[in-house]
Amino acid sequence: MTVVADVMDLESALEQFDPVLGLEVHVELNTRSKMFCGCGTVFGAPPNTQTCPVCLGLPGALPVVNERAVESAIKIGLALNCEIAEWCRFARKNYFYPDMPKNFQTSQYDEPIAFNGWTEVVVDGETYRIEIERAHMEEDTGKSTHVGGATGRIHGASHSLVDYNRAGIPLIEIVTKTIEVPGEKAAAVARAYVSMLRDLLLALDVSDVRMDQGSLRCDANVSLKPKGSPVLGTRTETKNVNSFRSIERAVTYEITRQAAVLASGGKVIQETRHWHEDTGITTSGREKSDAEDYRYFPEPDLVPIAPSRDWVEELRKTLPEPPPARRARLQAEWGFTDLVMRDVVNGGAQNLIEQTVALGVTPDAARKWWLGELARAANEAGKDLDALGVGAEQVAEVQKLVDEGALNDKLAREVFDGLVKGEGTPAEIMAARGLALVSDDSALGEAVDRAIAANPDVVEKVQSGKPAAAGALIGAVMKDMRGQADAAKVRELVNAKLGI
Amino acid sequence: MSDLTRKTAVELADLMSSGETSSVEITQAHLDRIGAVDNAVHAFLHVDTEGALAQAAAVDAKRAAGDELGPLAGVPLALKDVLTQEGVPTTAGSKILEGWKPPYDSTVVQRLKAAGIVILGKTNMDEFAMGSSTENSAYGTTHNPWDLNRIPGGSGGGSSAALAAYEAPLAIGTDTGGSIRQPGAFTGTVGVKPTYGGTSRYGLIALASSLDTPGPCARTTLDAALLHEVIAGYDPMDSTSIDAPVPPVVAAARKGDVTGLRIGVVKELGGEGYQPGVEARFHEAVELLTKLGAEVVEVSCPHFQYALPAYYLILPSEASSNLAKFDGMRFGLRVGDDGVNDAEKVMSLTREAGFGDEVKRRIMLGTHALSSGYYDAYYGQAQKVRTLIARDFARAYEQVDVLVSPATPTTAFAIGDRIDDPIAMYKNDLCTIPSNLAGNAAASFPVGLADEDGLPVGFHVMAPVMRDDLLYQVGSALEAAQAEQWGGVLMSKVPELEVAR
Repeated sequence: MTVVADVMDLESALEQFDPVLGLEVHVELNTRSKMFCGCGTVFGAPPNTQTCPVCLGLPGALPVVNERAVESAIKIGLALNCEIAEWCRFARKNYFYPDMPKNFQTSQYDEPIAFNGWTEVVVDGETYRIEIERAHMEEDTGKSTHVGGATGRIHGASHSLVDYNRAGIPLIEIVTKTIEVPGEKAAAVARAYVSMLRDLLLALDVSDVRMDQGSLRCDANVSLKPKGSPVLGTRTETKNVNSFRSIERAVTYEITRQAAVLASGGKVIQETRHWHEDTGITTSGREKSDAEDYRYFPEPDLVPIAPSRDWVEELRKTLPEPPPARRARLQAEWGFTDLVMRDVVNGGAQNLIEQTVALGVTPDAARKWWLGELARAANEAGKDLDALGVGAEQVAEVQKLVDEGALNDKLAREVFDGLVKGEGTPAEIMAARGLALVSDDSALGEAVDRAIAANPDVVEKVQSGKPAAAGALIGAVMKDMRGQADAAKVRELVNAKLGI
Repeated sequence: MSDLTRKTAVELADLMSSGETSSVEITQAHLDRIGAVDNAVHAFLHVDTEGALAQAAAVDAKRAAGDELGPLAGVPLALKDVLTQEGVPTTAGSKILEGWKPPYDSTVVQRLKAAGIVILGKTNMDEFAMGSSTENSAYGTTHNPWDLNRIPGGSGGGSSAALAAYEAPLAIGTDTGGSIRQPGAFTGTVGVKPTYGGTSRYGLIALASSLDTPGPCARTTLDAALLHEVIAGYDPMDSTSIDAPVPPVVAAARKGDVTGLRIGVVKELGGEGYQPGVEARFHEAVELLTKLGAEVVEVSCPHFQYALPAYYLILPSEASSNLAKFDGMRFGLRVGDDGVNDAEKVMSLTREAGFGDEVKRRIMLGTHALSSGYYDAYYGQAQKVRTLIARDFARAYEQVDVLVSPATPTTAFAIGDRIDDPIAMYKNDLCTIPSNLAGNAAASFPVGLADEDGLPVGFHVMAPVMRDDLLYQVGSALEAAQAEQWGGVLMSKVPELEVAR
């Protein structure tokens, strides 16, 4: 069914075309109740248990705006340097779909609560300014599950189930203006932007921002224009981009796909495309022509929102440190080089390292684990670092065991492997996998004796004034102990036995 | 005890508080009356015999226990089938909701129940309140008790007919363009459209959100005022509800004095197209008010002539969106779910089978009016007209306290007369629509019978936002003066219906 499009390699594509991006990010707010009713918003509750006449769209029910959601929207707007509307309204976006209870979405149209903002991201030491078109409030839809088909998509399904728990959860949609950066940076800038937004929203404490749970969702609009041309090309909107790395991959893929289409004389179709994490391609969704008519009109069941300037200024005072300043501060505190800090930020590790350091781990040790073993595991699993299932507490616990001499780095890596695989606490993993370091002096002593006996030539070198050669003996002991020995301790013993 | 059905709500309340009768007796008398005449009138879509008697018994028990009760406790009421009542079938006159039992009470129903008012059942209406005759009901037309061959008005014809047929002393209607006032006029009863936002829309199955207003219907002004006080007031569940005290409607109805009240006769609402008998009764009532001490002047509201076209853009636009939820997915009728059709097809088949012609007509009108490229010319322009009409009102209220006009251009017409001519049908609401567009309070009071057909004529009073009390002041002054003239209320002239059994 899936037709794999031809793609051009990125380098050639960028020789001929300049990509133009636009990013639409949907953020589920972490309010305790929904946008227009008092229902709960807990993620993962049994289907249709967090519903009422309002969010089920039953006849006669009416919406009432959640003030907390408006507050969050204003804070997001302010953090993105937006103007905050003095007066704005909700509008109805009319279209039929079973997961939308009223068959219209209560959203904002030409009167968003926040507009005309900007923010900055840093990629490879360069700062890029991203213009924000608007941030507006709306409600989420229910969630459809298509049953009976091979793909879990609606095509081929025998029936669909709808869970309305999500219907009516407050959403903020943040829309950028067109982003035009050097083509080779486009995908990285897109990723950095969403990553920055995630950090910002976390700092604002307005959302859980879990891409894996859908509380941060990104649609990437991509179009190409011939190198040097001022005329914008036809854009596609790629959905289902559910991790930072997929943003980068999906944007890159669309650039290479569209380039191939255009270079072969074809036309890019304006459509929604679906990103496939597994195969790393996008496929055509529904065609989205300009004729699609949502018949927007002001929501007559709600009154206009007119946030007082006093309120807005009060909220401005509560804003946290802006991400660029925060990044600079943390880099200074941790003593990381620009290059290291870039890897930290791009790897989505800044918050995790901060949390780990707060638990008493040195910045270098925290960075070593997050950007080493754990980043590798996340990459293998195709997940973002913070969705790996390992937290700062666990990293701190493992590091403590290393500091205490109960683990060495090699064994610690195995503990992390166990943590990623959900095998329990570090202690449980150490017990189950038999990972404790041997600190029994007599056992170690015997191993050292064996090594000395087996390597007379090395012993001779050491004793003839080349103490560095002792490393080979230590290696032999570690091998003998299958790695479960404290290398420092072994060195101590070797040195003692050889009298150096 | 069938004479219990002839009493006003106030009289019934007195009889209960003096212990002469009980709510159960009163409720049973009305249920019996419904059983006797509703075959002919067809005011009710659903009679909740058990529920009503249980509510009545509960009120009687409270009274016996010496509990504090509201002034209308134990009095029965007929509820327009557009308001949700938990567990009781609610159809809005449409096949698409056949058999649906709401899981929640509308705010109006919550307040009725809290006041101890006994809900007899749900009354007939034009489908989704779209109509002026009840002929658009999917469940058959209601007949006017004054002449069973005529319509009782609409959309709330069932509620008004129930009053005129003595099936209930009180009723609830909803008014979007005249759906309380026009049936009130056609049945010789009192119908009040409160200020928009003065009564809660929560649980009212929406026709046009910016216009819909629930309100009281009764045979007397004081009964209507007492009911008004029960259902009105701020509701946090309705964002468009007004957070202010309920105007002193009961005091105004008891006072009934118009001395020094400045009354403006709207020049544009009369003349050509108005039935002579309607105009005659209207002018007599104006003269009567003058005699009672009111100062009457003529007032011009030049933009009222655009009210009807503006209304028929705004209403269908909002309705087309409000009615989108009726898709067979979550409640009500579902057609074509054969395991092969997809959801979109089932939605389409359900709506095709479940909606009547007038509903489809307005959905199409509204969908078109909101379409990209047409929005500014239709919906946008209509909203501008709405502003101009509100300004007409504001200017008029600088000169006068209330405005008056006939409630309708004609008296009740024959069943079938206008059903094939939508424009003629829409013109019924010429006088009532401006108040909906501006959100003002307005009411119709009976002022006699037209000479040429012997049918009731309604006198329309319009008052500024949250001055609903002025309506009752005028209504009760007229009522008292006319009762003196006629030797009783107009309703005493309604034909006996027992023969219809």
